[in-house]
Amino acid sequence: MEETILKVKNLNVKFGEEVIKNLSFEVKRGEFLIVLGPNGAGKTTLFRALLGLISSSGEIIWQDKIPKIGYLPERLSQDKFKNLTITIKEFFHFKENSDEKIFSILKAVGLEPKEILKKNPGDLSSGQFQRMLIAWSLISEPEILFFDEPATGIDVGGEETIYSLLGKFWKEKNLTILLITHDLDIIYKYATNVLCLSKKGFCCFGPAREVLTPKVLEKIYGTGIKFYEHKH
Amino acid sequence: MNFQFLLSLISAVFIGGVAGYLGSLMITKRMGLVGGPLGHLALPGVALALVYHFNVFYGALLTIIVGGILIWLLEIKTKAPIEALTGLVFASGCALGFLILPFSDEHQLEEALIGDITKISFSDTILTIILCSLIFLIIRKIYSKLVLTEISEDLAKTEGIRVKKYNFIYLACIAIIVALTVKLVGGLLPVALIVTPSLTARNFSKSSFQYSFGSLIFGVISATFGIFLSQITNFPAGLLIILSGFLIFLISIIFKKS
Repeated sequence: MEETILKVKNLNVKFGEEVIKNLSFEVKRGEFLIVLGPNGAGKTTLFRALLGLISSSGEIIWQDKIPKIGYLPERLSQDKFKNLTITIKEFFHFKENSDEKIFSILKAVGLEPKEILKKNPGDLSSGQFQRMLIAWSLISEPEILFFDEPATGIDVGGEETIYSLLGKFWKEKNLTILLITHDLDIIYKYATNVLCLSKKGFCCFGPAREVLTPKVLEKIYGTGIKFYEHKH
Repeated sequence: MNFQFLLSLISAVFIGGVAGYLGSLMITKRMGLVGGPLGHLALPGVALALVYHFNVFYGALLTIIVGGILIWLLEIKTKAPIEALTGLVFASGCALGFLILPFSDEHQLEEALIGDITKISFSDTILTIILCSLIFLIIRKIYSKLVLTEISEDLAKTEGIRVKKYNFIYLACIAIIVALTVKLVGGLLPVALIVTPSLTARNFSKSSFQYSFGSLIFGVISATFGIFLSQITNFPAGLLIILSGFLIFLISIIFKKS
């Protein structure tokens, strides 16, 4: 039995109205937890509360001490980088001074360091940019990763690369991953557990194949949408 | 080259360089124009200093800080947009400055508005050197943290950066630098010393390092040019520094990186 790395008990977040209400769940070390739900269900808010970026009530209990965290926020804007005079190398130097480490992590995500290190992050293609951000979040060797829709705005082929990269690092580095995505394919492929939220609040928690029944999916996304499990 | 000239040259170089360096960060954070209202806020303090014969720098710093706190308090009380409140406070500061200024003599009015570095004392020069060096070192230390905060505040916070603390230090540095620039270019024009060198450096830079130190160097070059031109022409140094900076900026457009 794997140890619990994070325990959430009766978590509540209010922005005027309640966005997250009495949410409880646990994350075990080495788990790949996917958070699923329609826009406005509070997925990003949940991440931000867990990371201590917004105030919340209830309990967020980390095992022993807060572990090393890597975070990739939703839609980190490439345009923002375009307006800054900064190279990819300098962006990595925020976290890591060893050029050797930067080289190897960039290679690991399929980027050619020599070609890109002197470029502005805003000049990369959207797929390259997202892979660079994954490398950036991994370079400090975190134990737990929070990825908020890391493949938004990338074409289908690129999306697959992003997720297979995440899957690869998850296995190789024995990471704990919390991922927000809408992609059911990914859920069935990687998720050890899913946490589903709907606009009305908590919906389901557990292994995808057990908890994602058509009825639950209907509850999350409303009627009229059908999802099919892909068998691989 | 006499001693007084040397003092004004050294002061101008330090102020110009550090204002440019800090300016590169302010432009990154889209706060370049802040130098304008802050300079105007300095006016009543400058006026008081001129009337009561104490150091212009202290007068400027005093009213910049009072004005800043006033804006902050008004924002908490009224929840009105901060730029509107800034407008309100700096215009009132300006008005108050012009009310007090006539009590000083005519030459001093000009000094308040466009600065006068040519008569800077030895002790003020030392103060300028110390403050500028200190601010340069502080900003260098927090520069990358503030850039990351600009990219994403959430990301910066997860990296353990205490955003509020660094923003406070940054704003304090701006207040001090603007108060120093008032000596050089007066209450009307500090914004020029802050934005011009960075705009020039941007045209040559690909990296944050080139950009920030380029801004420092262009700040130094404009200041040196202005002071020498002022020595030759007898026109006010502050104005010539600003115009030299603008000219260098125009030239830099020709060499702009593709």
